Amino acid sequence: MTPPDPAAITVLYFAWLRERVGVAQEQVSPPAEVATVGALTDWLIARGPAHARAFAARASIRAAVNQDFADPATAIRPGDEVAFFPPVTGG
Amino acid sequence: MATIRVQAEAFDTGAELVRLTVGRTDIGGIGCFVGVLRGGGITEMTLEHYPGMTERAIGAIAAQAEARWSLLGCTVIHRVGRLLPGEPIVLVLAASAHRQAALDATGFLIDWLKTRAPFWKQERTAEGARWVAARAEDDAAAERWSKEA
Repeated sequence: MTPPDPAAITVLYFAWLRERVGVAQEQVSPPAEVATVGALTDWLIARGPAHARAFAARASIRAAVNQDFADPATAIRPGDEVAFFPPVTGG
Repeated sequence: MATIRVQAEAFDTGAELVRLTVGRTDIGGIGCFVGVLRGGGITEMTLEHYPGMTERAIGAIAAQAEARWSLLGCTVIHRVGRLLPGEPIVLVLAASAHRQAALDATGFLIDWLKTRAPFWKQERTAEGARWVAARAEDDAAAERWSKEA
């Protein structure tokens, strides 16, 4: 595993989102204007076909920032942990 | 302070009941829910979670239940990893001075676990593996606790 870069954003994927992206975790360093969960989603989709396919049903994808549930307007900063996942199915 | 555990191993419901009540004389009733993996074509299930966030989310839900129903004790254990039909998946215990609070808190906790705790189920059947979709009925069941608040 790559040592964490304090200026990077750690992105985590779970369940079918992880399978479609092809990795459970990645470190990304988007430009400074990518400052919300929604903007990060747009930026990830533009990275390549696996991300685009994973986020195709984006309305049904949930997110968390630093392990708290978030929405597309939630602010993100370098060093944050941002997770994307399908609706939960526990219990 | 609730007992929260996310674990691969099976749990012992009787032992957890004892742990919750040993030495106590203030408890008047304990609500108990055990979720079990139904077969019906499913040969196995794999449960995934978000280490760290899952425990925090359950802790937050349990703290809400403890405050709302003045619970005297609360245990939530949720299993992860590979499970077979007939195996227990989740345990909710809620102890209170009176039965209604214990039963209501138990119902609230399991309804919220199904809709707000970061777990994802993948079922395996004869046709292969598939991720379980979230159910509108589960959202409705959780939502009724907000209406009654």
